[in-house]
Amino acid sequence: MNRRILLAAASALSLIAAPALALAQSLAIIHAHILSQGPAGEIASGTVLIKDGKITGLGANLAVPNGMRVIDAAGQIVTPGLILPSSSLGVSEVDQVEETRDDGAGDRMGAAFDVQYGVNADSALIPLARLGGVTRAVITPVLGRGGEGAHKDDGSDDFSGSAQDGKASLFAGQIAAASLASGSRSPVFKARIGMALDLGEAGADYAGGSRGAAFVLLKSALDDARHYAKTRKGFDTGASRPYPYSREDMEALVPVAEGRVPLLVRVHKASDILQVLKLAQEQKLKLILEGAEEGWRVADAIAKAGVPVLVDAQADLPGSFETLGSSLENAGRLNAAGVLIAIMGSRDYTNLRQGRFNAGTVVSYGLPYSAALASITINPAKIWGLADKIGSLEPGKDADLVIWSGDPLEVTSYATAVIIQGQDQPMTSRSLELAKRYRPGADTDYPPAYR
Amino acid sequence: MLTTLRLTALLAGLAMAGLLGACATASPTASSKSAAKALPLGSDSGGDATTEPAPFASTYKPLPSQLTAIVGAHILTATGQDIETGTLVMDEGKIVAVGKDVPVPMGAKVINAKGLWLTPGIIDSHSHLGVYASPGVQAHSDGNEATDPNTANVWAEHSVWPQDPGFNRARAGGVTTLQILPGSANLFGGRSVTLKNVPSVTTQGMKFPDAPYGLKMACGENPKRVYGHKGRAPSTRMGNVAGYRSAWIAAASYKRKWEDYRAKIANGEEADRPERDLTNDTLSGVLAGEILVQNHCYRADEMATMIDISKEFGFKISMFHHSSEAYKIADLLAREGICYATWADWAGFKLESYDGIAENAAIGQRKGACVVIHSDDPIMAQHLNQEAAIAMAAGNRLGLAITRAEAISWITANPAKAMGIGDKTGSLGVGKNADFVLWSGDPFSVYSTANQVFIDGAKVYDRKDPHFQAQSDFELGQPGEGVHP
Repeated sequence: MNRRILLAAASALSLIAAPALALAQSLAIIHAHILSQGPAGEIASGTVLIKDGKITGLGANLAVPNGMRVIDAAGQIVTPGLILPSSSLGVSEVDQVEETRDDGAGDRMGAAFDVQYGVNADSALIPLARLGGVTRAVITPVLGRGGEGAHKDDGSDDFSGSAQDGKASLFAGQIAAASLASGSRSPVFKARIGMALDLGEAGADYAGGSRGAAFVLLKSALDDARHYAKTRKGFDTGASRPYPYSREDMEALVPVAEGRVPLLVRVHKASDILQVLKLAQEQKLKLILEGAEEGWRVADAIAKAGVPVLVDAQADLPGSFETLGSSLENAGRLNAAGVLIAIMGSRDYTNLRQGRFNAGTVVSYGLPYSAALASITINPAKIWGLADKIGSLEPGKDADLVIWSGDPLEVTSYATAVIIQGQDQPMTSRSLELAKRYRPGADTDYPPAYR
Repeated sequence: MLTTLRLTALLAGLAMAGLLGACATASPTASSKSAAKALPLGSDSGGDATTEPAPFASTYKPLPSQLTAIVGAHILTATGQDIETGTLVMDEGKIVAVGKDVPVPMGAKVINAKGLWLTPGIIDSHSHLGVYASPGVQAHSDGNEATDPNTANVWAEHSVWPQDPGFNRARAGGVTTLQILPGSANLFGGRSVTLKNVPSVTTQGMKFPDAPYGLKMACGENPKRVYGHKGRAPSTRMGNVAGYRSAWIAAASYKRKWEDYRAKIANGEEADRPERDLTNDTLSGVLAGEILVQNHCYRADEMATMIDISKEFGFKISMFHHSSEAYKIADLLAREGICYATWADWAGFKLESYDGIAENAAIGQRKGACVVIHSDDPIMAQHLNQEAAIAMAAGNRLGLAITRAEAISWITANPAKAMGIGDKTGSLGVGKNADFVLWSGDPFSVYSTANQVFIDGAKVYDRKDPHFQAQSDFELGQPGEGVHP
């Protein structure tokens, strides 16, 4: 009910000031235990000042200007909003309902596939993720249409034909960053922030079955892209050399090949990681690794190359022959070696809440608490080039923050308030509405549908 | 070993007693003139779910243990007690005392557990370890005999690879007992097997002695998808239901044939022995109440349909698995005495799981249902304590005031009950198997780890002592060797 009233109120307001979603609001959060992830560090009891969607002040002894709305956090922990470093949020609603999947290009397109156009602001998963403290998500396409880590409740076999069918390219496509702000008509705030690529077994599979072929094809695609960039006119007049990829693919690859846009490489075993590092150095690519289950075995090389890594910290099983060295200590060892890490969950629905729990879990496996919290806030922002606006609580940055019931990494804690660009977010979701409809004591003489 | 002489007498004796499977009373001196023609037991025991000696019998032997007192731990007994500082005493693999003021017996080894938490061993009632072993390559894909919608004839234990590294990881997460199920491609997936989570070269060496078998059944999307794609029945949910009912009709007929045959033999009449059929052996075992139905079923409406089928054919469903919508019919499930196993909040990966909510377990707990948190996943199996914590916290946020003493039973006592081993394990009561976990702290915290794990009083895992960190043959000499504390 409350939600409906709020929506009604919101629409009434929008009649008056239609385009100004971020009204000139000001807000002070006081008595907060601030874990800023920025230069202000930890403030045991402090104030965050917010105006026009930005943080304007942060500190222990800040005066609250007159007229500001005040939230008394009364000792609760306040952190920056969490950032999913690699997800399918908004582009995959129900994993096994094909029509709801926009997270891969299938067999029609490769590098040119641009995930930004399919992001659904009305996804029921966005409010759910937000309730878990997530305020931004990086949306990374998957090869074919097979969501990695997608739960198979029939015990992992896929009977209906491979979801991995139809790979048009080594490249999965272009990456976007989205805000989870309620009511946003354009959740993507930065598109084409990276290019996703699968190597290892998945890449080899595309290339005919072996890694040697995949690496050669990758080098050749990058060479072609550079050649294309120099001879665009020739391409139009048919004077250029032939490329195996389309014009659109080549356009998408140019900034990657020129090292301006990062290449996200999904790679798992130590030997593959070393090959990718070598290739990136030779070709002067900006590299981000995802997966890297055996990353800890070559952590020094990754650190030396200055390459960041997105890890699913819970992955500790030899799920394939390229992850024989998986360990719960991966995140901790990478961090100790000086690698910038961001922690993610698996790609499916659980991704929405699992990131922070994964970060918490590996605190007992060698990752310091501060690094764990950084790995779901400021680190993903830095890795994706978004740290000028988000990822920490600093004056001048977007006011994305979460007030927690307790320790944000703890499984029994939850967000009590979520603020994105200064706006209070509705603390409800489809799941919560179901829970309220069926909670004990909710019964009436009429069926639940009337509740 | 039974001789052929004894076998015939045994069958006659069973029929007279009206008991299936209780053969220990057969007299070794019994004699019969027809002995020469008798077949080996396996060819001859149709309709009897628990032939004796059972085929593939457990060879499990507890590892060495000694009289031990665990002193000073925060104990959750899974019988409703939350003892802030208590003592547990075990001897010969059994719990002999547990409580706040329990004296340490003379000669007992003392483990100082001050600051640690002690719970029953975690029981994962929905696991595919061994049947979908790591690495997950095609060669290890042994969980779904997806060649017929009714494969009640297959037994999960015949697919289990005991070297699956997942068993060791699960043990490091506190898991002491597992139900290994066939997959859910079929209406009837086959028999489950209950295993003690001890390292063993053979599956028989892990089998939980005297645990009843389960029958895996599956509702909904999977069977209709798998067989619909093959252009055969079932391709719809109504096709699923027709498939269940037809199978139960056949099973009842089979059961009756064997009962008639045994009655005739018992009366000294001539009778042709019916042919044994493995599918109907299992299904008639369910009808006889000896095999427990473990039913993968997500939606509320489908669970209600399955309950009606069970009534139509006179069997009981022990537990629904996954049960994303159980909270919608928690009253019904409580009334029927059917447990339901679910995840904390894993949902939405397929349409029949779309309404899964984190409050599912807590709502059932408050409505008096038997609630279980399961994994169905080799990673989640290592963190079932966290799953229970997430589900507990979601319930508490809804105002349901779920306690740790209650929530611990979701991953211990309740799955034990649903698997038919609640009299042996799953709770810390006198006489129960000494299956328990010493946690580094509150098991409902993300930071807590299983420090020591005991099965039948024997230490099977110690986070701080490499001598008690079992490693699969598969992982020896591999990159992962030695990186799993």
